[in-house]
Amino acid sequence: MSFEKTFQDKVDQDIRIEPKDWMPDAYRKTLIRQISQHAHSEIVGMLPEANWITRAPSLKRKATLIAKVQDEAGHGLYLYSAAETLGISRDEMLGQLHSGKTKYSSIFNYPTITWADMGAIGWLVDGAAIMNQVPLCRASFGPYARAMVRICKEESFHQRQGFEILLVLSKGSEAQRRMCQDAIDRWWWPSVMMFGPNDDASPNSELSMRWKIKRFSNDELRQKFIDVCVEQVKLLGMTLPDPDLKWNEEKQHYDFGPIDWEEFKNVISGNGPCNKERLAARVQAHEEGAWVREAAMAHAEKKNKEKNAA
Amino acid sequence: MSSIDYTLHLADNALILGHRNSEWTGHGPILEQDIALSNIALDLIGQARYLYQYAARQTGKPEVTEDSLAFLRDAWDYRNCLLVEQANGDWGKTILRQFFFSAYQFFFYERLQHSTDNELAAIAEKSLKEVTYHLRWSSEWTIRLGDGTEESNRRMRAAMDQLWKFTGELFIPASYEKIAAAVDLSSIKPLWEERVSEVLLQARLEKPAAGWGQTGGKEGRHTEELGYLLAEMQFLQRAYPGNEW
Amino acid sequence: MQHNWPLWEIFIRSKQGLDHKHVGSLHAADAEMAIENARDVYTRRMEGVSIWVVESKYVHASNPDDAGAFYDPANDKVYRHPTFYDLPDELKHM
Repeated sequence: MSFEKTFQDKVDQDIRIEPKDWMPDAYRKTLIRQISQHAHSEIVGMLPEANWITRAPSLKRKATLIAKVQDEAGHGLYLYSAAETLGISRDEMLGQLHSGKTKYSSIFNYPTITWADMGAIGWLVDGAAIMNQVPLCRASFGPYARAMVRICKEESFHQRQGFEILLVLSKGSEAQRRMCQDAIDRWWWPSVMMFGPNDDASPNSELSMRWKIKRFSNDELRQKFIDVCVEQVKLLGMTLPDPDLKWNEEKQHYDFGPIDWEEFKNVISGNGPCNKERLAARVQAHEEGAWVREAAMAHAEKKNKEKNAA
Repeated sequence: MSSIDYTLHLADNALILGHRNSEWTGHGPILEQDIALSNIALDLIGQARYLYQYAARQTGKPEVTEDSLAFLRDAWDYRNCLLVEQANGDWGKTILRQFFFSAYQFFFYERLQHSTDNELAAIAEKSLKEVTYHLRWSSEWTIRLGDGTEESNRRMRAAMDQLWKFTGELFIPASYEKIAAAVDLSSIKPLWEERVSEVLLQARLEKPAAGWGQTGGKEGRHTEELGYLLAEMQFLQRAYPGNEW
Repeated sequence: MQHNWPLWEIFIRSKQGLDHKHVGSLHAADAEMAIENARDVYTRRMEGVSIWVVESKYVHASNPDDAGAFYDPANDKVYRHPTFYDLPDELKHM
């Protein structure tokens, strides 16, 4: 039996592929790309929310927000470790992020302008992320699937805290309700785009499905997300900024308006409102941390020498 | 029962340092340490909340809450020591500030857990576990950076230059610290000095000669740093008075 | 000089009485730091756990292609499997 066939048989039988197992080069490459992009999204995703930590309106909100952003650092770390089992170092991956060679989710290139954005990110962005991520807990590559199990467990608190922020605002003063609606208006379409291009325009999807590193199509997940949100927004007494949203009895789904793929392409290719700032912040943290990492290594080496000399 | 000012002093110390540390979240030198410092920020803000909640009860006024105390007092009513409000600077300055304060807070809480004020004693006992870790973590990092490379040693000396003058204030009792429930600062000063000397020795850093120290924070006379911190922290509560969040 | 912190494999005993279990990896300059990072990253607040850290380069792994040779023979030794033994139903908790 060929390696290729053994590999595909395992995948078909839902037997996990582990790092030292034989795997097609393209599978390895696809995974490295997908997992590192996912990791980058987590750490770049810290920035728009960290932007409000120092301005959180209560001590409880401040603590929850720090915990949430810290979780995202943890998620980035789990994912980088999963990718490292495929033979790429974290340093290499960071290099690719900083040079713009690998992307991260373009949702994080949008600004967080008001406190309500913390709610909208939790509800919509994390909501969309969860929808994408839950199926990944069964991804064919073992370390990725295990990282995703850990992440999904922690992620549900994120979405709930986000929705609760909006709920409180929706019951608050006029200014707060305005804040709430404005944030929903700004985050809705970018969140809908988080599921990626339409299926017929998504080149990598078919292979990824066969390899079980993707289990549902972009459009399936997007539809599921929209169906859920249309109901949830009613609890807030707010509206989603899409006049074409309408229940379709025949499909048993909501119909929705056209997605502005031009904007999507623009933001992906670097022309979003915060692309430069986000990347610059990551590069700066990395560069300004160089002397720290270097000093810790130098100290560890001195200690080692002392120990060996003794 | 002790004075509200005393409780507020402890709460303000914890909140302001926690807030400063949280400014690093998302910008740390490496993911693992970003997470570590965020944890310390969370611990400190958690301590601050217990203390503010107690202070709020001490006032006996139902409209006073942990949030009104944190978000609606101006700088002159803040009783934190000057050390904790100093700007983060580089990672070295943040580490040294944490080390000086954790060493102080460790010996302080060790005593406070036996305070005649049961509420403060309970908070101290609970917080001591966290602070023990903060002290260990910041001691190790002080040693690493002091000993590490020429550059890291130079940066740590610069941090020492900026921060040392604020350490004396930790041990000068403010008016509200002269109560039975308070920790006797003169009893923990030698312990702090000994611990700091041990760590600095391993870190190849020299303690500056005893000299002029800047004081006043504990009595509400702050450096320029605190005003900006509060302006940012209190923005929403000030811009939208009386709203729930 | 090597500036990148080496990779460490992390094993955690989540509860007294259980084995240490591999949970993932992280980067640290030395073993002490690896243990502290593991506490911060993989256990957050849980008390009373035990953490092992092993620098990844010291982990030697079997080759999966040998998996047949390594593990298949044990499949014959059914007496190692508890269900091999036909015991009376009255016997509980074994």
